[in-house]
Amino acid sequence: MIRVVLPAHLRTLARVGREVELQVDRSVTQRSVLDALEARYPVLRGTIRDHVTHQRRPFLRFFACEQDLSHEPPDAPLPDAVATGAAPFLVVGAIAGG
Amino acid sequence: MSGVRILVGTRKGAFVLSADGKRDRWDIGGPHFAGWEMYHLKGSPADPNRLYASQTSGWFGQIIQRSDDGGKTWFPPGSTPDQLTTPQGMPKGESNKFVYDTSPETGKPLTTHQWYDGTQHPWEFKRVWHLEPSLTDPDVVYAGVEDAAIFRSSDGGKSWHELAGLRGHGSGPHWSPGAGGMGLHTIILDPTHHHRMFVAISAAGAFRTDDGGTTWKPINRGLHSLYIPNPTAEVGHCVHRMAMHPARPGVLVMQKHWDVLRTDDAGESWREVSGNLPTDFGFPIDVHAHEPATIYVVPLKSDSERYVADGKLRVYRSRTGGDEWEPLTKGLPQRDCYVNVLRDAMAVDALDPCGVYFGTTGGQLYASADAGESWAPIVRDLPAVLSVEVQTLP
Repeated sequence: MIRVVLPAHLRTLARVGREVELQVDRSVTQRSVLDALEARYPVLRGTIRDHVTHQRRPFLRFFACEQDLSHEPPDAPLPDAVATGAAPFLVVGAIAGG
Repeated sequence: MSGVRILVGTRKGAFVLSADGKRDRWDIGGPHFAGWEMYHLKGSPADPNRLYASQTSGWFGQIIQRSDDGGKTWFPPGSTPDQLTTPQGMPKGESNKFVYDTSPETGKPLTTHQWYDGTQHPWEFKRVWHLEPSLTDPDVVYAGVEDAAIFRSSDGGKSWHELAGLRGHGSGPHWSPGAGGMGLHTIILDPTHHHRMFVAISAAGAFRTDDGGTTWKPINRGLHSLYIPNPTAEVGHCVHRMAMHPARPGVLVMQKHWDVLRTDDAGESWREVSGNLPTDFGFPIDVHAHEPATIYVVPLKSDSERYVADGKLRVYRSRTGGDEWEPLTKGLPQRDCYVNVLRDAMAVDALDPCGVYFGTTGGQLYASADAGESWAPIVRDLPAVLSVEVQTLP
């Protein structure tokens, strides 16, 4: 199972805890993980990626294994530790706004 | 005894306040959606328990919330998997999907407006500023958005489509954002002419449709704005707010960036009615529930200061449809006050005497149960108030 950690506001919106687990049947990438997340929690559509372009919203970042993966191509494989469930994929709200 | 429910949107959540017809003891519910900017909440005139709310965030974008029980519980319409799954098994999740219509059939291929530097800039959805439920159908609701456009939902907010004729009527490339963005903030539905709507945009001006939103015309004749190259241009005016009394749907009043104006012919022409106001810069304007000629505004010192003048919070009332104004100060701070009242942050109830309510950027929510003669704060320390709407309950 893929583990995803969401920021507080999105946890409230989706009515989930800090971490959710997802089944991803295809190659584990940003796109496949977020597709699975949005399929299970449709209220999150448009909150992490733009509805139409699927581009990451500007003030959100994607971290895993102590790496910033925000600028990686959406179809690039995520680290093995994420694919095996050993490490979570983190959706992080940028520090902005005071 | 009838009652009143106040829907308050703030920078950090929404609040629902209620009282009986005396309006002297209030229950304060909230914060709902804590930490989010709640630009606007409004109830359906056809079903007072049906409420819509615009929840926004610079991080997470737009969410539409709905309540079917008068604000006790809320949900993003159509967001649960069982409500969303199509026959093909794909989730839709479109209650927060506002996509500009550029199709050849219904949307003109109009894709740019004027940017701050004078160049053309593509329309980019940012947030919903205002929600206006239908007067007759609880499932129909209109959304005024930034960048300026109007959307309509006919399924209780589950999905939205743009009434693209507004952007497509030809003047769009001359619209430009004000300092707060290019938002469509005012939507007024005509109760007697069911296909007529009025909208206002900062900074483009006022527009009217007579065919349910298919085609629109600018209605800015008589407006004079010194901050645009041609002060009497057809579009480009920074209208801050408009209001109408349902008994006189052809009469509208307007608070512009500067100037208070009135039209008696559904916007075909406007005339200034600022009269003896100490300053005619401000944001909200509203009309007494039972006296169509009685208008309320909250003048601010200037557009560069944007707080009330002389440290005094004063509502001004005209009983003559403008021109002649009187300050209403009893119960309002008359020293050391430097708040603003934003465009959507004033409302009236329909009780007798008429109740008047407004919220400030300092977090105070003031109420008058006697049409403005005297005021008292219902609550003093909310986050900055963005919007105030009032429902009069049976």
